[in-house]
Amino acid sequence: MSERQSNSHLVAKVGEIEEDEAKQVTIGEFVLAIFNHGGSFYATDDTCTHAFASLADGYVEDGCVECPIHAARFEIATGKVVGPPAEEDIKTYPVRVEGEDIYVELPAG
Amino acid sequence: MAALWPNRILAYKGNRLAEPGAGGEEIMARDRTFVIAGAGHAGGRAAEAMRSQGFDGRIVLIGEEDYPPYERPPLSKELLRDDDGVERTFLNPAEFYAGKGIEHRPGVRVEGIEAAAHRLRLGDGETLGYDKLLLTTGGRVRRLTLPGAELGGVHYLRGIDDSLAIRKALVRDASIVIIGGGFIGLEVAASARARGCAVSVVEMQDALLGRVADPEIGRLLADVHRAHGVEVLTGVGVERFEGEGRVRRVVCSNGRALDADAVIVGIGIVPNADLAAEAGLEVDNGIVVDVFGQTSDADIHAAGDVANHPNPILGHRVRLESWQNAQNQGIAVARNMCGAGAPYAEVPWFWSDQYDINLQMAGAPQSWDRLVWRGDPASARFIVFYMEGDVVVAVNAFNLGREVRIAKFLIERKTPVADADLADEGIKLRDLAR
Repeated sequence: MSERQSNSHLVAKVGEIEEDEAKQVTIGEFVLAIFNHGGSFYATDDTCTHAFASLADGYVEDGCVECPIHAARFEIATGKVVGPPAEEDIKTYPVRVEGEDIYVELPAG
Repeated sequence: MAALWPNRILAYKGNRLAEPGAGGEEIMARDRTFVIAGAGHAGGRAAEAMRSQGFDGRIVLIGEEDYPPYERPPLSKELLRDDDGVERTFLNPAEFYAGKGIEHRPGVRVEGIEAAAHRLRLGDGETLGYDKLLLTTGGRVRRLTLPGAELGGVHYLRGIDDSLAIRKALVRDASIVIIGGGFIGLEVAASARARGCAVSVVEMQDALLGRVADPEIGRLLADVHRAHGVEVLTGVGVERFEGEGRVRRVVCSNGRALDADAVIVGIGIVPNADLAAEAGLEVDNGIVVDVFGQTSDADIHAAGDVANHPNPILGHRVRLESWQNAQNQGIAVARNMCGAGAPYAEVPWFWSDQYDINLQMAGAPQSWDRLVWRGDPASARFIVFYMEGDVVVAVNAFNLGREVRIAKFLIERKTPVADADLADEGIKLRDLAR
């Protein structure tokens, strides 16, 4: 806890997000989706790059999330588009777990 | 990959190599021509897929329109609501095709197929030979033949130019009458409301979406449109359009006359199967193909809106007019033309965006015996299961795409499931689908 930087944000507790589920979190101007994939946690932008939809409401399988409205598919760990109709990757953010706490590092400023 | 190029096909280019021999197949592949007739969504994706599947011969993609292949979903939505966006509908930038060695020929019509001679007659007078031909000819709008149907201001929506013409008509406070309460009509209605028009929808059947969904869904959607200020008339036909040169009024079968600055007709499409029929291919509600997309001629395939294909999951034939089918069947059939040998088998899936509702459907049921609701139908967030016995044959949902995604497993695997479990939001759908 002591080494936590000022741009590090507590976003969830480990027990709060089940395997292959996600939580939507808003921090300032950032709207994030926090995913649990295989017991590891990942953070991405929550809004699909194709249309206005929350990826935290999407379907998670094999480390990918499918947008709930048009089924564009992104790799959770890298944010890469792996299925249409999206063409642009989503941004990802570093995640750190300390005990039961999940932190996301956001760009400063 | 000798298996990709059967001898039967090599014979057509026998001037170069009569027999496939060691290393000969590769030379032959390079010397072969695949032609795609129809440069819409399915045709565009098919051309890409042939290349990514390793076909290094000539690919010619022929399209009547002047645009590169594009996606149609935005045409009734974003393209109508926004002031730009034509390029955003393109599958790829126009220059993409040349970069892949794909000859895109815009503005060209295919006039005839000479199947025995393996060649096409094109509108510009050219004759183009093919080794294999893919028909992705799509459909054309079904037209009204009522009195006044030829008046100015009566629009149909199929392509980009149609959408741009309609957009011009959607000015604030204009009276817009939409004929047909299917997806096109309802999406245009929502877009017209977003532009501040006064909108009426006239549907002949008793419920909206009558051809694809249970009447209860149509009633819920009618409520949504009414709440957004649309006048929805169901069980009402159209007698005639009135006006001098331009349409001014729509006279309905019940005697009602609706003021109209423009009319948009959305009453379905007719598959463009005439070329195939004239060439002697089997045609019945579109071009009849097998699970691989092959027509009754082994060297001609078809995909997309025009293809009447057997769906192994559903156990019956379907002809689907959807983004999913254009995209995925286009790719699957293109791969099969390159020897993949993989049946196209997906649970049909469809979306529509109207106002703040993302409506999705999965399955294409011919019959069902009851509906099971999960979530409050009156809310904008529910899923409804179409049941036959103890099996889910289709679902519709408002704003619950994730549940639709999971329900596709139930449909595909025909998992027996209890109504009470489906209706219980305390039980995860995912657990029922395992």
